Amino acid sequence: MSRPVVAVVVFPGSNDDHDAAWALRAVGAEPVLVWHEETALPSSVGAVVLPGGFSYGDYLRTGAIASLAPAMGAVRAFAAAGGPVLGICNGFQILCESRLLPGALLPNRQLEFVCRDTGVRVENSDTLFTRRCWAGQELVLPIKHGEGAWFADEGTFFRLSARGQIVLRYTEDVNGSLGRVAGVTNEVGNVMGLMPHPEHALDPLLGSADGGLLLAALADAAAEHTLAVASATAAPERRGGASPPRARASP
Amino acid sequence: MFVRPKEGILDPQGDAVQHSLEKLGFGVVRVRVGRVIDLEVDAADAADVRAQVERMCSELLANPLIESVEIHLGES
Repeated sequence: MSRPVVAVVVFPGSNDDHDAAWALRAVGAEPVLVWHEETALPSSVGAVVLPGGFSYGDYLRTGAIASLAPAMGAVRAFAAAGGPVLGICNGFQILCESRLLPGALLPNRQLEFVCRDTGVRVENSDTLFTRRCWAGQELVLPIKHGEGAWFADEGTFFRLSARGQIVLRYTEDVNGSLGRVAGVTNEVGNVMGLMPHPEHALDPLLGSADGGLLLAALADAAAEHTLAVASATAAPERRGGASPPRARASP
Repeated sequence: MFVRPKEGILDPQGDAVQHSLEKLGFGVVRVRVGRVIDLEVDAADAADVRAQVERMCSELLANPLIESVEIHLGES
Protein backbone atom coordinates (compact mmCIF):
# COMPACT_ATOMS: atom_id res chain seq x y z
CA MET A 1 0.00 0.00 0.00
CA SER A 2 1.27 3.50 -0.79
CA ARG A 3 2.13 5.93 1.94
CA PRO A 4 -0.74 8.07 3.27
CA VAL A 5 -0.31 11.71 2.28
CA VAL A 6 -0.16 14.29 5.09
CA ALA A 7 -0.19 18.00 4.25
CA VAL A 8 2.02 20.31 6.34
CA VAL A 9 0.80 23.89 5.99
CA VAL A 10 3.64 26.41 5.79
CA PHE A 11 2.95 29.94 7.05
CA PRO A 12 5.40 32.84 6.94
CA GLY A 13 7.26 32.27 10.21
CA SER A 14 6.65 28.52 10.49
CA ASN A 15 9.92 26.91 11.54
CA ASP A 16 9.04 23.32 12.42
CA ASP A 17 7.49 22.56 9.04
CA HIS A 18 10.50 20.63 7.76
CA ASP A 19 10.94 18.79 11.07
CA ALA A 20 7.28 17.78 10.89
CA ALA A 21 7.73 16.60 7.30
CA TRP A 22 10.85 14.64 8.23
CA ALA A 23 9.11 13.02 11.20
CA LEU A 24 6.00 12.13 9.17
CA ARG A 25 8.18 10.43 6.57
CA ALA A 26 9.96 8.54 9.37
CA VAL A 27 6.64 7.10 10.61
CA GLY A 28 5.57 5.97 7.14
CA ALA A 29 3.59 8.93 5.79
CA GLU A 30 4.23 10.97 2.65
CA PRO A 31 4.47 14.63 3.69
CA VAL A 32 3.57 17.41 1.28
CA LEU A 33 4.27 21.05 2.13
CA VAL A 34 1.34 23.38 1.36
CA TRP A 35 1.99 27.14 1.18
CA HIS A 36 -0.45 29.28 3.20
CA GLU A 37 -1.66 31.12 0.09
CA GLU A 38 -3.03 27.93 -1.45
CA THR A 39 -6.83 27.83 -1.40
CA ALA A 40 -7.08 24.05 -1.72
CA LEU A 41 -5.29 20.99 -0.39
CA PRO A 42 -4.01 18.36 -2.84
CA SER A 43 -6.83 15.85 -3.38
CA SER A 44 -4.69 12.95 -2.15
CA VAL A 45 -4.30 14.44 1.35
CA GLY A 46 -5.49 12.18 4.18
CA ALA A 47 -4.49 14.37 7.14
CA VAL A 48 -3.20 17.88 7.87
CA VAL A 49 -0.49 19.12 10.24
CA LEU A 50 -0.23 22.77 11.27
CA PRO A 51 3.40 23.01 12.38
CA GLY A 52 5.14 25.01 15.08
CA GLY A 53 6.76 28.38 14.61
CA PHE A 54 5.93 32.04 14.84
CA SER A 55 3.45 32.60 12.03
CA TYR A 56 3.18 36.26 11.01
CA GLY A 57 5.65 37.14 13.77
CA ASP A 58 3.03 36.33 16.42
CA TYR A 59 1.58 39.78 15.71
CA LEU A 60 -1.69 40.74 17.45
CA ARG A 61 -2.14 37.35 19.16
CA THR A 62 -0.32 34.09 18.44
CA GLY A 63 -2.09 32.31 15.59
CA ALA A 64 -4.66 35.10 15.04
CA ILE A 65 -3.49 36.26 11.63
CA ALA A 66 -2.63 32.76 10.39
CA SER A 67 -6.19 31.66 11.20
CA LEU A 68 -7.35 33.89 8.32
CA ALA A 69 -4.85 32.57 5.74
CA PRO A 70 -6.38 31.17 2.52
CA ALA A 71 -5.07 27.67 3.30
CA MET A 72 -7.04 27.72 6.56
CA GLY A 73 -10.27 27.89 4.54
CA ALA A 74 -9.25 24.59 2.96
CA VAL A 75 -8.28 23.16 6.36
CA ARG A 76 -11.69 24.13 7.81
CA ALA A 77 -13.46 22.37 4.93
CA PHE A 78 -11.20 19.32 5.34
CA ALA A 79 -11.93 19.19 9.08
CA ALA A 80 -15.68 19.67 8.52
CA ALA A 81 -15.60 16.63 6.22
CA GLY A 82 -14.05 14.55 9.01
CA GLY A 83 -10.41 14.84 7.94
CA PRO A 84 -7.86 14.47 10.76
CA VAL A 85 -6.04 17.71 11.64
CA LEU A 86 -3.18 18.02 14.13
CA GLY A 87 -1.87 21.40 15.32
CA ILE A 88 1.50 21.44 17.05
CA CYS A 89 2.49 24.43 19.23
CA ASN A 90 1.83 27.44 16.96
CA GLY A 91 -0.48 25.09 15.05
CA PHE A 92 -2.47 24.58 18.28
CA GLN A 93 -2.65 28.36 18.72
CA ILE A 94 -3.89 28.73 15.14
CA LEU A 95 -6.59 26.07 15.66
CA CYS A 96 -7.84 27.86 18.81
CA GLU A 97 -7.89 31.22 17.03
CA SER A 98 -9.74 29.53 14.13
CA ARG A 99 -12.27 28.24 16.69
CA LEU A 100 -11.68 24.74 15.41
CA LEU A 101 -10.55 23.96 18.97
CA PRO A 102 -11.87 25.29 22.28
CA GLY A 103 -9.92 27.69 24.49
CA ALA A 104 -7.02 30.08 23.94
CA LEU A 105 -3.28 30.07 24.57
CA LEU A 106 -2.04 32.80 26.95
CA PRO A 107 1.51 33.92 27.73
CA ASN A 108 3.28 31.51 30.08
CA ARG A 109 2.65 32.47 33.70
CA GLN A 110 6.39 32.77 34.38
CA LEU A 111 6.62 35.15 31.39
CA GLU A 112 9.62 33.21 30.15
CA PHE A 113 10.04 31.13 27.06
CA VAL A 114 10.14 27.52 28.24
CA CYS A 115 12.33 25.06 26.31
CA ARG A 116 12.87 21.58 27.72
CA ASP A 117 11.60 18.01 27.88
CA THR A 118 8.53 17.43 30.02
CA GLY A 119 6.27 14.59 31.09
CA VAL A 120 2.92 14.43 29.31
CA ARG A 121 0.20 12.08 30.52
CA VAL A 122 -2.25 10.49 28.06
CA GLU A 123 -5.67 11.11 29.64
CA ASN A 124 -7.68 9.63 26.78
CA SER A 125 -6.25 6.89 24.57
CA ASP A 126 -9.48 6.52 22.62
CA THR A 127 -8.77 9.22 20.03
CA LEU A 128 -7.44 9.15 16.47
CA PHE A 129 -4.19 10.67 17.74
CA THR A 130 -3.51 8.73 20.95
CA ARG A 131 -4.74 5.22 20.14
CA ARG A 132 -1.18 3.89 19.97
CA CYS A 133 -0.81 4.92 23.63
CA TRP A 134 -2.50 3.54 26.71
CA ALA A 135 -4.58 5.64 29.10
CA GLY A 136 -2.32 6.93 31.85
CA GLN A 137 0.84 6.47 29.79
CA GLU A 138 3.45 9.14 30.48
CA LEU A 139 5.23 10.37 27.39
CA VAL A 140 8.40 12.44 27.36
CA LEU A 141 8.06 15.28 24.86
CA PRO A 142 9.89 18.58 24.37
CA ILE A 143 8.11 21.90 24.79
CA LYS A 144 9.37 25.27 23.49
CA HIS A 145 6.93 28.12 23.70
CA GLY A 146 6.24 31.54 25.20
CA GLU A 147 2.44 31.41 24.91
CA GLY A 148 1.44 27.93 26.04
CA ALA A 149 -0.88 28.49 28.98
CA TRP A 150 -4.15 27.03 27.71
CA PHE A 151 -7.25 28.73 29.08
CA ALA A 152 -10.99 28.21 28.83
CA ASP A 153 -13.91 29.34 30.99
CA GLU A 154 -14.95 27.01 33.77
CA GLY A 155 -18.01 25.63 31.99
CA THR A 156 -16.00 24.77 28.89
CA PHE A 157 -13.25 23.19 30.97
CA PHE A 158 -15.63 20.86 32.81
CA ARG A 159 -17.51 20.00 29.63
CA LEU A 160 -14.26 19.08 27.87
CA SER A 161 -13.09 17.03 30.85
CA ALA A 162 -16.37 15.12 30.98
CA ARG A 163 -16.23 14.34 27.26
CA GLY A 164 -12.62 13.19 27.27
CA GLN A 165 -11.53 16.08 25.05
CA ILE A 166 -8.65 16.90 27.39
CA VAL A 167 -6.36 14.33 25.87
CA LEU A 168 -2.94 15.29 27.23
CA ARG A 169 -1.88 16.90 30.51
CA TYR A 170 1.57 17.88 31.72
CA THR A 171 2.74 15.84 34.69
CA GLU A 172 3.94 19.11 36.29
CA ASP A 173 2.93 22.76 35.99
CA VAL A 174 5.21 24.07 33.23
CA ASN A 175 3.47 27.27 32.10
CA GLY A 176 0.33 28.00 34.13
CA SER A 177 -1.92 26.06 31.75
CA LEU A 178 -5.42 25.54 33.22
CA GLY A 179 -5.65 22.01 34.63
CA ARG A 180 -2.09 21.40 33.28
CA VAL A 181 -3.72 20.91 29.86
CA ALA A 182 -1.18 20.10 27.12
CA GLY A 183 -3.53 18.97 24.34
CA VAL A 184 -7.25 18.97 23.49
CA THR A 185 -9.51 17.69 20.71
CA ASN A 186 -12.66 19.09 19.19
CA GLU A 187 -16.01 17.54 20.05
CA VAL A 188 -16.08 15.21 17.04
CA GLY A 189 -12.52 14.10 17.78
CA ASN A 190 -10.89 14.63 14.37
CA VAL A 191 -9.02 17.85 15.29
CA MET A 192 -6.36 17.95 17.98
CA GLY A 193 -3.88 20.55 19.17
CA LEU A 194 -0.97 20.18 21.55
CA MET A 195 1.84 22.44 22.74
CA PRO A 196 4.54 19.71 23.06
CA HIS A 197 6.44 18.71 19.92
CA PRO A 198 6.05 15.06 18.89
CA GLU A 199 8.09 15.75 15.74
CA HIS A 200 11.14 16.48 17.91
CA ALA A 201 10.80 13.21 19.83
CA LEU A 202 11.43 10.47 17.33
CA ASP A 203 14.85 9.17 18.27
CA PRO A 204 15.81 7.80 21.70
CA LEU A 205 19.34 9.17 21.11
CA LEU A 206 17.82 12.65 21.33
CA GLY A 207 15.98 11.93 24.57
CA SER A 208 12.70 10.29 23.58
CA ALA A 209 10.94 8.48 20.77
CA ASP A 210 7.47 8.97 22.27
CA GLY A 211 6.42 11.51 19.64
CA GLY A 212 6.37 8.66 17.14
CA LEU A 213 3.33 7.18 18.93
CA LEU A 214 1.25 10.27 18.15
CA LEU A 215 2.54 10.81 14.61
CA ALA A 216 2.20 7.15 13.62
CA ALA A 217 -1.41 7.28 14.84
CA LEU A 218 -1.90 10.35 12.64
CA ALA A 219 -0.45 8.44 9.67
CA ASP A 220 -2.94 5.62 10.40
CA ALA A 221 -5.76 8.15 10.54
CA ALA A 222 -4.61 9.65 7.22
CA ALA A 223 -4.68 6.21 5.58
CA GLU A 224 -8.16 5.53 6.97
CA HIS A 225 -9.52 8.90 5.89
CA THR A 226 -8.11 8.43 2.38
CA LEU A 227 -9.78 5.00 2.16
CA ALA A 228 -13.09 6.31 3.54
CA VAL A 229 -13.15 9.14 1.00
CA ALA A 230 -12.24 6.77 -1.84
CA SER A 231 -14.95 4.26 -0.91
CA ALA A 232 -17.55 7.02 -0.45
CA THR A 233 -16.68 8.27 -3.94
CA ALA A 234 -16.71 4.79 -5.45
CA ALA A 235 -20.01 3.75 -3.86
CA PRO A 236 -22.09 6.84 -3.22
CA GLU A 237 -25.21 4.73 -2.49
CA ARG A 238 -23.42 3.29 0.54
CA ARG A 239 -22.72 6.68 2.08
CA GLY A 240 -23.46 6.90 5.74
CA GLY A 241 -21.77 3.60 6.52
CA ALA A 242 -18.51 4.35 4.79
CA SER A 243 -18.36 8.13 4.74
CA PRO A 244 -16.16 9.92 7.27
CA PRO A 245 -17.83 11.38 10.35
CA ARG A 246 -19.20 14.85 9.75
CA ALA A 247 -18.21 17.64 12.06
CA ARG A 248 -20.55 20.39 13.07
CA ALA A 249 -20.10 23.60 11.14
CA SER A 250 -17.84 25.98 13.03
CA PRO A 251 -19.60 29.00 14.55
CA MET B 1 -9.82 51.15 20.72
CA PHE B 2 -8.36 49.61 23.87
CA VAL B 3 -7.87 45.85 24.12
CA ARG B 4 -7.18 44.54 27.60
CA PRO B 5 -6.81 41.13 29.21
CA LYS B 6 -10.23 40.38 30.73
CA GLU B 7 -10.73 40.50 34.48
CA GLY B 8 -9.57 37.23 35.99
CA ILE B 9 -7.27 36.43 33.07
CA LEU B 10 -3.65 35.92 33.96
CA ASP B 11 -1.56 38.89 32.80
CA PRO B 12 2.07 37.95 33.46
CA GLN B 13 3.24 40.98 31.48
CA GLY B 14 1.30 43.27 33.83
CA ASP B 15 2.74 41.42 36.84
CA ALA B 16 6.30 41.83 35.54
CA VAL B 17 5.77 45.56 34.98
CA GLN B 18 4.26 45.90 38.47
CA HIS B 19 7.33 44.23 40.04
CA SER B 20 9.66 46.57 38.14
CA LEU B 21 7.69 49.64 39.25
CA GLU B 22 7.90 48.39 42.84
CA LYS B 23 11.69 48.10 42.49
CA LEU B 24 11.76 51.73 41.35
CA GLY B 25 10.02 52.62 44.60
CA PHE B 26 6.52 53.27 43.28
CA GLY B 27 3.59 52.04 45.31
CA VAL B 28 1.82 50.36 42.43
CA VAL B 29 -0.20 47.35 43.54
CA ARG B 30 -1.62 46.21 40.21
CA VAL B 31 -0.77 46.63 36.53
CA ARG B 32 -2.65 45.31 33.52
CA VAL B 33 -1.04 45.69 30.11
CA GLY B 34 -3.18 45.82 26.99
CA ARG B 35 -2.88 47.48 23.62
CA VAL B 36 -4.23 50.49 21.82
CA ILE B 37 -5.30 50.14 18.19
CA ASP B 38 -5.87 53.37 16.25
CA LEU B 39 -8.11 52.99 13.23
CA GLU B 40 -9.13 55.45 10.55
CA VAL B 41 -12.37 54.16 9.09
CA ASP B 42 -14.15 55.26 5.96
CA ALA B 43 -17.81 55.27 6.97
CA ALA B 44 -21.08 57.19 6.62
CA ASP B 45 -21.60 58.05 10.30
CA ALA B 46 -20.57 57.18 13.85
CA ALA B 47 -23.01 54.28 14.12
CA ASP B 48 -21.57 52.76 10.96
CA VAL B 49 -18.02 53.14 12.29
CA ARG B 50 -18.97 51.46 15.55
CA ALA B 51 -20.70 48.60 13.74
CA GLN B 52 -17.67 48.08 11.52
CA VAL B 53 -15.20 48.18 14.42
CA GLU B 54 -17.30 45.71 16.40
CA ARG B 55 -17.16 43.32 13.45
CA MET B 56 -13.40 43.82 13.17
CA CYS B 57 -13.12 42.89 16.84
CA SER B 58 -15.06 39.69 16.53
CA GLU B 59 -13.28 38.64 13.33
CA LEU B 60 -9.68 39.56 14.18
CA LEU B 61 -8.75 42.38 16.54
CA ALA B 62 -9.72 40.78 19.86
CA ASN B 63 -10.37 37.34 21.28
CA PRO B 64 -13.56 37.67 23.38
CA LEU B 65 -12.57 34.64 25.44
CA ILE B 66 -9.57 36.42 26.97
CA GLU B 67 -9.81 40.12 26.05
CA SER B 68 -12.18 43.00 26.69
CA VAL B 69 -12.57 45.87 24.27
CA GLU B 70 -13.40 49.56 24.63
CA ILE B 71 -14.19 51.58 21.52
CA HIS B 72 -13.79 55.39 21.51
CA LEU B 73 -14.93 57.36 18.47
CA GLY B 74 -13.51 60.72 17.43
CA GLU B 75 -13.46 62.93 14.33
CA SER B 76 -10.42 62.73 12.08
